[in-house]
Amino acid sequence: MAVVPLQRKPLTFAERTYLPQIAAGLWTTLRHLVKPAETLQYPEQRPAIPPGYRGAPTLVRDPNGREKCVSCQLCEFVCPPKAIRISPGAVPEGSGRDHVEKGPLAFDIDMLRCIYCGLCEEVCPEEAIFLQNQYSMSGVTRAEMVNHKDKLLEMGGTLPDRHFKWDRKKAAEEAGGAHH
Amino acid sequence: MDVFLNLPVLVQVALKGLAVICVMFPIAGACSMAERKVSAWIQSRPGPNRTILPVFRWVPVVGPFLQKLGAFQLAADGLKFLFKEEIVPGQVNRLYFILAPVIAMIPALSTVTFVPFGASIDHAGRVFPLMLANVDVGLLAVFAVASLGIYSIILAGWASNSKYPFLGAMRASAQLVSYELSLTLSVLPVFLWINAPGTAGTMSLAKAVEFQSQAGFWGGAWFIITMPVSALVFIIALFAETNRQPFDMPESESDLVGGFHTEYGAFKWALFFVAEYSNMIVGSGVFVLLFLGGWNPIPWVSLATLAGWLGIAGHPVLVGAISILIFIGKILAMLFFFMWVRWTVPRFRYDQVMEIGWKKLLPLAIANLVVYAIGIALIQK
Ligand code: SF4
Ligand code: SF4
Repeated sequence: MAVVPLQRKPLTFAERTYLPQIAAGLWTTLRHLVKPAETLQYPEQRPAIPPGYRGAPTLVRDPNGREKCVSCQLCEFVCPPKAIRISPGAVPEGSGRDHVEKGPLAFDIDMLRCIYCGLCEEVCPEEAIFLQNQYSMSGVTRAEMVNHKDKLLEMGGTLPDRHFKWDRKKAAEEAGGAHH
Repeated sequence: MDVFLNLPVLVQVALKGLAVICVMFPIAGACSMAERKVSAWIQSRPGPNRTILPVFRWVPVVGPFLQKLGAFQLAADGLKFLFKEEIVPGQVNRLYFILAPVIAMIPALSTVTFVPFGASIDHAGRVFPLMLANVDVGLLAVFAVASLGIYSIILAGWASNSKYPFLGAMRASAQLVSYELSLTLSVLPVFLWINAPGTAGTMSLAKAVEFQSQAGFWGGAWFIITMPVSALVFIIALFAETNRQPFDMPESESDLVGGFHTEYGAFKWALFFVAEYSNMIVGSGVFVLLFLGGWNPIPWVSLATLAGWLGIAGHPVLVGAISILIFIGKILAMLFFFMWVRWTVPRFRYDQVMEIGWKKLLPLAIANLVVYAIGIALIQK
């Protein structure tokens, strides 16, 4: 490799007195002094959460108001710190979810373990789990820091569906094809 | 006034001392809050603005304003220092350890007495300064007593019996000794000029102000205009003497933890703090008196002229109050400048501090003195 000797200019007299630099610095800080503060007064003012933010994982419902999770447990297996615990079970009769076979009886995410990696969201075949914009979790006991299914569904709400997988499958079935 | 002068001398002295303490402690506290606020504003932050006494929450405009200004934070910090546990580490030399902050207070509080903080005009039209101890050696006394401050730092560093305070103390002593020379040399031209041959010699700070309030172009010019190099050397040396950034070698947190006060906590630490701010205030006061015209409002307009304009020349009390306000205003501006520089300029390295002190500032001060001595000799014959 070629060696490029760097020419360092000797400091001028003005630079060696430091004074012009100090004056310039004082001017810079003076401008900041009169500028309004950048600070967000946190509990009163909240930051705007950008799209794609990875907050706490939540369970969502589809636009028909049905739970989406089919309890395949992929997220449980992929979760690196093993924060998710799912107890699968049959979907109860008349719950409006007859199109699927299974659903979670219990779905717990331990927020003391979760590392907000987003792998659960990435792996979910049903797009049922999303890391949304909740960033402020608190509790006074360990048990309080575990989000149960109700809480997860409440936090998740309904997200617009991009695929309507089950509607399309139903339409295809009604049109006569076994597979779509 | 007469009632006061008729009291026994000891009572007078005690009252004056009490006055100094009652004035300097809150001012130093306010300075620490101002420091936090200025640093916050310079860094585009609001600074401490949350603490509030519940009572004040119901006061409409004033309460929130004081809260924003951090006034209650100041009180809370002061109280905290009073009630904190006084920890004396096991390895220290107890007597000297406790003595050091006490000694720090001595120069900090006693130099104030030599600084005239205002002037008034009596009915005969004579201007007389307002000060606690009107001694003719003025500036010399300030320098002499202020240089005692170094003993407290050395004592603190030595008694702490641990390496960072010790290093801090060593640096402090080296630094203060080097910059004291330039500090003293830089003010000599001023007093050469004041003490023209044939007049009574004086080192009084009030005389220096009197000199800047004369009539005419050269009479009314402040010394910062006629002696800019002196003022520059003085202010740089002052920064070093008061251990302020960029010369805060003795405490530089990043390499010495806390410097000489590493082992101190609670009220003993607060005493060092108050001492530092008092030194800053006195230093600013001396600079204002020597170079910024003291209690004269603007260059070429003396206090007497201003009083004439306002039509209050016959009221000694009013004139006195105005002069004190002007003087305090200038000191506050100086203090702001100190803080402004602190949050702008990074700390010098220790060898740079020594190089600036001995190789640059001292020759500059000597050259300045020689030039002015010759010039003054030619003018005053
Ligand atoms: S975000 Fe990561 S750590 Fe948290 S539950 Fe999902 S997979 Fe587990
Ligand atoms: S959230 Fe998704 S990945 Fe996890 S069990 Fe339910 S359907 Fe499967």
